[in-house]
Amino acid sequence: MPALLKNLSRKLGMMPFGFHGGVEVDQRKLTASMAIEDCALSPVLILPMKQHIGEACTPLVHVGDYVKRGQKIARAEGYVAAPVHASASGKVVKIEEHRIAHPSGMGLPCIFIEPDGDDASETLEPWEDWAERDPGELRERIRMCGLVGLGGAVFPTFIKLVRDQRHAVETVILNGIECEPYLTTDHRLMLEHADEIVAGLAIIRHMVGAREAVIAIEDNKPDAVETMRRAVVAAGLEDVRVTVMPTRYPQGSEKQLIQAITGREVPAGKLPVHIGVLCQNVGTAQAVFHAVRHGRPLTERVVTVSGEAVPRPGNLRIPFGTPVRFVLAGRGLEDLNDIHIIHGGPMMGERLRNIDVPVVKATNGLLAVPEPQMSSMQSSEQPCIRCGHCSEVCPVMLVPNLLADHCRNDEFTRAEQYQLFDCIECGCCSYVCPSTIPLVHYFRYGKGQLAQIRRSEAFAEESRLRSEAREQRLEREKQAKAARRSRVRKTHAPAEPSDNNATGKEES
Amino acid sequence: MTQFVAAVSSLGAFALVAGIILAIAQKAFRVEGDPMVEKIDALLPQTQCGQCGYPGCKPYAEAVASGEADVNHCVPGGERTMLQIADLMGVEPKSLEEEAAAPMLAFIREDECIGCTLCIKACPVDAIVGAPKQYHTVIADHCTGCTLCVEPCPVDCIDMLLKPELIEHWAWPLPDTTRARLGQERRSQHAGAA
Amino acid sequence: MPIISSPHIHNGDSIRLTMLTVILALLPATAAAVYLFGWLAFLSIATAVLSCVLTEILCLRWMGRSTASALDGSAALTGLLLALTLPASLPWWMVVLGSVFAIVLGKQVYGGLGYNLFNPALSARVILLISFPLNMTTWLVPMSAASAALDLYDFQLCLAFFLHGPQALGLTLDAITMASPLGHVKTEWTRGVGVPEALAAYHYSYLNAFLGSEAGSMGETSALALLIGGIYLLARHTITWHIPFSYLATVLLLAAVFNMLDPNHFAPPMFHLLAGGLILCAFFMATDPVSSPVTPAGQIVFGIGCGILTWCIRSFGGYPEGAMFAVVLMNCAVPLIDHYCRPRVYGHGADE
Repeated sequence: MPALLKNLSRKLGMMPFGFHGGVEVDQRKLTASMAIEDCALSPVLILPMKQHIGEACTPLVHVGDYVKRGQKIARAEGYVAAPVHASASGKVVKIEEHRIAHPSGMGLPCIFIEPDGDDASETLEPWEDWAERDPGELRERIRMCGLVGLGGAVFPTFIKLVRDQRHAVETVILNGIECEPYLTTDHRLMLEHADEIVAGLAIIRHMVGAREAVIAIEDNKPDAVETMRRAVVAAGLEDVRVTVMPTRYPQGSEKQLIQAITGREVPAGKLPVHIGVLCQNVGTAQAVFHAVRHGRPLTERVVTVSGEAVPRPGNLRIPFGTPVRFVLAGRGLEDLNDIHIIHGGPMMGERLRNIDVPVVKATNGLLAVPEPQMSSMQSSEQPCIRCGHCSEVCPVMLVPNLLADHCRNDEFTRAEQYQLFDCIECGCCSYVCPSTIPLVHYFRYGKGQLAQIRRSEAFAEESRLRSEAREQRLEREKQAKAARRSRVRKTHAPAEPSDNNATGKEES
Repeated sequence: MTQFVAAVSSLGAFALVAGIILAIAQKAFRVEGDPMVEKIDALLPQTQCGQCGYPGCKPYAEAVASGEADVNHCVPGGERTMLQIADLMGVEPKSLEEEAAAPMLAFIREDECIGCTLCIKACPVDAIVGAPKQYHTVIADHCTGCTLCVEPCPVDCIDMLLKPELIEHWAWPLPDTTRARLGQERRSQHAGAA
Repeated sequence: MPIISSPHIHNGDSIRLTMLTVILALLPATAAAVYLFGWLAFLSIATAVLSCVLTEILCLRWMGRSTASALDGSAALTGLLLALTLPASLPWWMVVLGSVFAIVLGKQVYGGLGYNLFNPALSARVILLISFPLNMTTWLVPMSAASAALDLYDFQLCLAFFLHGPQALGLTLDAITMASPLGHVKTEWTRGVGVPEALAAYHYSYLNAFLGSEAGSMGETSALALLIGGIYLLARHTITWHIPFSYLATVLLLAAVFNMLDPNHFAPPMFHLLAGGLILCAFFMATDPVSSPVTPAGQIVFGIGCGILTWCIRSFGGYPEGAMFAVVLMNCAVPLIDHYCRPRVYGHGADE
């Protein structure tokens, strides 16, 4: 019966795809047919101490040190972290704060390397016999190589690659969806390095002990589907399924993809592993292969450089730390007047306010688009006419217009009741809003304010405890002092029986 | 006449029954709330700075709860705290007398410190460590920026610095649209008028 | 440079586009109105649209806001919708008064577009109906014997009628008007005549009602024209199926069940469907985005509520037609419906 209802609701247009809502976006995949090229070596590489979700790293090198490509130059602190490796051989010229691609325009400590062009590299021992190795050993290798999710979330990869008795991974999903407009990095990787991706998938499957493996690709990349199918057969992994999904944004979002493939939802506040699923990007799978098979740490990635304003768009393999300005200049874009540079895709990427920021592990695209094409919707926000399009397209089934009202009016507790923190910021609601309300911006505002409020409440609570503890201590000290004083007085007075008792006990 | 009597008596009887039910319900479902002082104290930022004229957050909470103090004396708490307390107390919000300063942090210039422990004694949250005749230092994570340690220092070696901004703690501002601005203006006008 | 959040692209939809789509969808009904009621319909519609836009401009200027939004099509749409719900015989000043009511009391007092609780056009119609019950229930005979007395395709005559009323032309209203099917059935029922008998006496025909040649409001008579517009809106995805479907289905279901139980008292379902303003309300009034729920579940609840109220008012109420009252009454419940009909958020209480 529920299956029937679900079918009916899909037919009636409530869930025509494997996940709720979503939008059809103009693909604009200008670079889909362009082979991956190597980016020229920048005269300076700027490596931020944090290129992942989690805690920042601590530099291990000093100014003047000579480093090789692949050498670890910053140590991970804490569990959720990934170390940083030099992305070219050369000299460390300075270690100081530098702007990174972040909406605040703020900076982070960075290590500046001047490459010498020798390209001397340092790798770990290549493991051809990975299939015989212990998953824990492989996991440590992946941690040491600084791997993070290359789909954009940059969550340290090793954390997910764990065999947990309580939550056994049954299904590994390799995410080749790439639903953002313009971006073609995963597409090109699948076309050109299908064998490495499939080998990476085999390693991941070996590590987590998954029974089932699925490679998910949208139907706008039929060539990639074909190539991956062939690679799977060539690798002798006939039980790996290559699934073609209808093209729909944001299908590449982890939770939505899991829903589309397994029909199950990741419960709120839980991870995919809690329902026995592991999701990895195809780029990450390739990096896993390189780290395990060749001992190569993560020092570069493929980036789509695209957009109508770029004279020579393309898919580039760029060493981390290369300044965005250098990359764009290399593709013939020097005059940046009235041009928007976007770090990432147009739906979820950040607009760069300064292009001297470096390419990092999270950079999957660099887009340059002429101003008028983008700014029209930012200009004015009109009143909400409650058309409900935002609710229709929301993949997590929020009611964005009501939620935005609460955020705008600083009614944050109300916003939380409306599940503000379940918003994945995919941008579908803003994309379809006829009143051009920057809904996602309001949600980010609300989330930021709530986080600040929580921080200050936690700090206030801690301060209150400290203050109370101090008062109690002062009180105790006062009593102790009073007691001492009275004892001093008592020594002059005749001894009391209680004292005798005490001494008696001691003797016995 | 009989109709009149019937109407009045039936309505009266109904009112009586309803009243009795309400009275019983009030007894039966009475919620034992936190004492007001605790609730107000929970809203205060616990800087223990004394800018409200009371020796700490708890004493100010007691004063507000007893009606002795106004709701608008907590400077670090800002408008938000004031509005929350006013809401809790069921009184009209009042505009703040002072703008909340940016969050501060005490910093001891250690080479000038003589180890007198006076600042340690002044700190309401035990955020300064040190021993007699030893350098003292401020634990930045615990400092509430109350400035109470600055005054007692005999050699004036304590500076109040701006709390460093962390990229992880950065929060998105409201979007720069007329509608968002209008909402903010209306809110501040409302608070000001109140 | 201001901080701008993603997404950086937009699908190009706008308020103006939405409003224009709805106006476009109303064109068949407008054409039908002009065909059935001639120049009188044209004059009423033009007057209503113009006075709505003018009132909007005056209101915005008076409040010191930008008057640009008066031309976004929403005021024109309100005027058009209002005109289509009025009888063709209404004098010009009532049309103007209605338009002013719609914009001022229906929309601007709440803060303008997007903030009104009620559908502006319908609330204006309710105000007019309560203020001028006689004029608002006097229905011109469309395309009929009355045209002998009043040629609706004669512009001079229509203008005189519109400006000065029937007296100026030496006509009495009785000569050129008749009761609407709903009104007829209701009056006959109060006189003790059963529904089938009353319909037979009226020479009621479903085909006429479907095409629009029964008496009624200008835009409400032709079910065919309204359905064409409604289907266009559904196809363009300006509205979703939830409200029209649940609204019409509820009315049909109630009518069918009660007609089966007591055919003498309760009219048959097809009669309910084609009579009065039900189809106009279901596709164009109840679906007004501002005054209807946002969530799909809420929209279904809203449609069912509208359906129950419409049928109840028609069957038991003092007024023969209940669709507009039903929608306006349900408008009040929208904030509540929206609050309780939120969809289940991903990952919360899933079937795990």
